[in-house]
Amino acid sequence: MERRSTSAWNASDWGKLMRISQEIKRKIIQIAAFGYSNTYLQNFAGGQLYKGKWKQFCNPGMNCYSCPAARLSCPIGAMQAVSGAMNFNLSFYVTGFVLAVGVVFGRAVCGYICPFGLIQELLYKIPSPKRKLWKGFTYVKYVLLVFFVLLFPVMITNELGMGAPAYCEYICPVGTLEGGLPLLATHPELRKVIGALFSVKAVILVLTLIGCVVICRFFCKVMCPLGAIYGILNKVSIYHMEVDKEKCVSCGKCRGVCPMDVDPVNAPDSAECIRCGKCTVSCPKNVLSLKFRVELPKKSQ
Amino acid sequence: MHWSKTLNQKKQAVRVLASLAAGCMMAWGIYRGEAAVVLGKAVNVCLECIGLG
Repeated sequence: MERRSTSAWNASDWGKLMRISQEIKRKIIQIAAFGYSNTYLQNFAGGQLYKGKWKQFCNPGMNCYSCPAARLSCPIGAMQAVSGAMNFNLSFYVTGFVLAVGVVFGRAVCGYICPFGLIQELLYKIPSPKRKLWKGFTYVKYVLLVFFVLLFPVMITNELGMGAPAYCEYICPVGTLEGGLPLLATHPELRKVIGALFSVKAVILVLTLIGCVVICRFFCKVMCPLGAIYGILNKVSIYHMEVDKEKCVSCGKCRGVCPMDVDPVNAPDSAECIRCGKCTVSCPKNVLSLKFRVELPKKSQ
Repeated sequence: MHWSKTLNQKKQAVRVLASLAAGCMMAWGIYRGEAAVVLGKAVNVCLECIGLG
């Protein structure tokens, strides 16, 4: 009797340990990626930007290049900057980079590398009533991607043929938080030109932050155009989820722990899945696994 | 089973094509000077990004 209860305790304890261990590994990667993306913390004091050559390369995740600490460029900002420039209508360089990263990792970038993803997860730890998001809102990010990132910078131009980065200008709360607030705090001359646009962006930022406290990864689910691109590529990405449906007992634990409200058994390649792995460790039958898809041609006998 | 195999083959084809397209796009973009445009934008304060644009 005593032996049976000990083994039951061990199994449960082992499950908990696995969950903690997986989550710690993911957090270490997230913190390392955050640190690498924002190496120049000392720049916050003077409010200047890093101006080195690393900035011609894009960060795989969302991290504003106007953040004083940023080492790399934001791919969404860079995409709009090039397509809004006089000589170009589409950024092959940035689109190719995002496509390459997305084909390999899909939305694992959101779960492991994105600096703003880590910020959102920390915000969600603030004690508050927690809510689920209505699924229809997840399509908003595709509208933002098509209109604000791809079309408006090309279509709405000035007399010189230059378009503004519409997503950065009117929507992006990441830029307001990481770039706007630190720069306004350290530059009195910038504070003098604050107008209605900044007020709109500040309201969007506040609503986004409240959303992130109440709904897990609110920005990822609703507003992130980069997540929209990686989400589409999740369907074919090399890093993917495998499901052994024959072993599944339909207990629903995977669905219950998913921060993105995905049902991993029925939709393992969902555009919302950020490959965080919480479902894989919660499964009592080891039905789910995350791995790199390597399919080599079989030799004929 | 056959359906699943066909789907996997299609996905594999999409992956290969997308990877090739990504490589070509990056090379073409760098060749025509897009990296310099990105650098030029990123090293200066982007007034639009911070809400003053």
